[in-house]
Amino acid sequence: MTMTTEGRPFAVEMRDIVLRFPGVLANDHINFTLQKGEIHALLGENGAGKSTLMNILSGLYRPDSGTIKVNGTPETFNSPRDAISCGIGMVHQHFMLVPTLTVTENILLGLKTPRFFMRLSKYDKKIQALQEEFGLKVNPSAKIWQLSVGEQQRVEILKTLYRGADVLILDEPTAVLAPQEIDELIGTMRALVKQGKSIIFISHKLNEVKAVADRLTILRKGKTTAEGINPEGLSRGDLAELMVGREVLFHINKEIQSPGDVVFEVENLSTDNDQGMRAVNNVSLSIREGEIFGIAGIAGNGQSELVEAITGLRPCTGSIRIHDTEVGNCPPYKSIHCGMAHIPEDRMGVGTAPNLSITNNVIMKKYVHPPISKGWRINYTEAQKHAVILKDGYDIQAPNVETPAQKLSGGNLQKLILAREISGQPGVIIAMQPTRGLDVGAIESIQNLLLEQRKNGAAILLLSEELDELLELSDRVAVIFEGELVGQMNASEASLNTIGMMMTGSLRSEE
Amino acid sequence: MKAPFKISVEKRMEEIPKWMPAAISLGAVLVAFIISGIILLFTGSNPIRIFRFFFNAAFGSWGAFSDILVKATPLIMIGTGYCLAFKMNIISIGGEGQFYMGAFFASLVVLVPLVPLDSPKILVLSLMALMGIIGGGLYGLIPGVLKAYFNVNEIITTLMLNYVAVNWNNYWIFGKYSDAGFQMTPTFDKVAWLPRLADLSKNIPFFSGITLHLGVVFGLIAAVLIWVILKSSRWGYEITLIGDNPRAAEYAGVNIKRNILLVMVISGALAGLAGMSEVTGVVHRLQERISTNYGFSGVIVAWLAKLNPLAVIPISILFGGLIVAGREIQPSGLSFLIQGLTLFLVISSDILLRYKIRITRRQEKAL
Repeated sequence: MTMTTEGRPFAVEMRDIVLRFPGVLANDHINFTLQKGEIHALLGENGAGKSTLMNILSGLYRPDSGTIKVNGTPETFNSPRDAISCGIGMVHQHFMLVPTLTVTENILLGLKTPRFFMRLSKYDKKIQALQEEFGLKVNPSAKIWQLSVGEQQRVEILKTLYRGADVLILDEPTAVLAPQEIDELIGTMRALVKQGKSIIFISHKLNEVKAVADRLTILRKGKTTAEGINPEGLSRGDLAELMVGREVLFHINKEIQSPGDVVFEVENLSTDNDQGMRAVNNVSLSIREGEIFGIAGIAGNGQSELVEAITGLRPCTGSIRIHDTEVGNCPPYKSIHCGMAHIPEDRMGVGTAPNLSITNNVIMKKYVHPPISKGWRINYTEAQKHAVILKDGYDIQAPNVETPAQKLSGGNLQKLILAREISGQPGVIIAMQPTRGLDVGAIESIQNLLLEQRKNGAAILLLSEELDELLELSDRVAVIFEGELVGQMNASEASLNTIGMMMTGSLRSEE
Repeated sequence: MKAPFKISVEKRMEEIPKWMPAAISLGAVLVAFIISGIILLFTGSNPIRIFRFFFNAAFGSWGAFSDILVKATPLIMIGTGYCLAFKMNIISIGGEGQFYMGAFFASLVVLVPLVPLDSPKILVLSLMALMGIIGGGLYGLIPGVLKAYFNVNEIITTLMLNYVAVNWNNYWIFGKYSDAGFQMTPTFDKVAWLPRLADLSKNIPFFSGITLHLGVVFGLIAAVLIWVILKSSRWGYEITLIGDNPRAAEYAGVNIKRNILLVMVISGALAGLAGMSEVTGVVHRLQERISTNYGFSGVIVAWLAKLNPLAVIPISILFGGLIVAGREIQPSGLSFLIQGLTLFLVISSDILLRYKIRITRRQEKAL
């Protein structure tokens, strides 16, 4: 859809924005303009300064210098409240909803009216009306926990609209959505701008950006590399180059190699989820040396439970063998000892200790072995040396190795985890969503690290919701549906269509 | 009419300098004293005079200072034990009960007696120390097992077990081992007395009347030992890891259940040793109220020390001062008031490490 945007007034105008954090110039004279009634994509690698810029616009941070104009009026935001009163609303990547309350209650939360009595039915109607205006369908009296992720996102959008937002900032809204939900969201966004709203759309996924954005701004290392350009006529490669500053290869360079003996075997594995329901049912698989085995599936079909059971974090029945050593239903140290590395889905909650330093995080699985362990003591000089080697070797961007893990950006945190897991020279690697939420540059380096391990003879189990990635990296693939593994096949013979049908359960196995 | 200034609280984004946490805590202690002073003014007293009296009562003479160290001794041991548990995010507040159990088990050595009372002093005292450690340790093990295997909240269990221990103790000193019907046992034979500095006064007259006993050495050794463990041992690393993110610790292969048991037993054992040191070094008998809330003050001490066992030592001495001076002055609740205010302010002052307060001039909205 081409549309001339020339001459439209600016909804938001940010000029020469500078914000310095200790040791980093997060925003270095950034210009950003949003026209009324447009979808403006904001692109950039992790840590390029996108979130910082948007946090400034939504009143969370104050810039060291620079001006912000909303509808032509200069404004200073001291708090998110100030930004909201100027009609700027942000929908965060991680939803901020109370699961046990209804949609209406969540939308009203924190507002001055209603003052005492909730009179929910009256507000339900109000919200119903708002929904019809913008075509955002969700039952106002449903509780949040009953809703799908896509519906929860609609509640978040409604929340900002109800507060009178004219400018909506959507922070990586598609990262959590299934493919058809993404289509619905794009429809919603188009409906919103038709009604006169303006949208800032933050994303890593270049084809989505090309599909919806009227204009786009690209940041790299705190600077603007493209300001308000029209995506028309630019290729994915062009955009990626503007983001990363070098050419990005979208085709993965996977060498053909014949895998060796079976080193990792799972037989009849079953386990329950936290609610005590069967989550994984009779799963069997085997992976050979130098082979990547991919498992596709829609989130919530037992992937997390399968990985937790394999790595010893969840009790299970059945057998798990590494080089013929039984590790099924054993505590995690057993499988670690047998050379299993685990790249967990939840980087902050499981993969790292957020308040501890990089050093303390990289020795997590090494502190029992010399030279980092020295009798009953930990040799912190050795530990630091090890951390510096990994930081340099895996290009982890941080001021020093004493920086707490929580200060790292998503991509760097993931590099830290990979560095720690791979440096143990594992025979088996269990990787869950290793590239989720990362930018093109980080994805490329993570994928290459996995392929390098494949070359070194590791048996790799890869679980990902990114089908393209999964098919390109894997040697063999299978689909997990309702806790069961259906249709194992060679990745080269698999078609997106068959796999898609298996993921939704309409096809049980490759016939 | 709005005020021309606006006070806003903002998140700190920059790294804080190394001296800042200590400075803020010190400032909070100072503010606690100022607020207590204001309250004293309202009651019609002269706060300056009272504080001076307070200080003299506590630090005015060697005798008074030795009294303070005697009071600080159990606090050092209990506080150190708490540091270990709190570091792992185990909020045990069972020091009081473990202290009583330690005292009770140690006393059994002379009350039963477990060894003939003409045995060498070193044997009797070593056995008493061992029994104190076992008593406190076992009493810590109970909530430990409940926490590790049944995920029972340790705050509740340790708190409740404190009252059980006090009454357990009362039962034995009233019922079985009472001294002529009083709520205390007979005085222990001298073989079960920890050596005091006063024992040396024959040779060094300066020490005459100085009540400081060997228990303080136990306390110092315990504090240094736990400090080394937390700072540079593999076990200390596991404790820190569990304290920061138990799920990451489990993922890294750390045995969490075993660590809960170990930490609960050791922090209990330290409190038990404190109980032994109190009965053998100070009261020389088992009786009611041997603890002046050491188990609870220990919680405050550990938090004020920011869970650093070395910092527990000076802070225990400060608290010893408050206890000693509190006996001397009126109104008698004053020392509790200061204790409470100090804890409250020091803990809440932590917010200044994460947020800063900015006062800005109100800006006229551009027209």
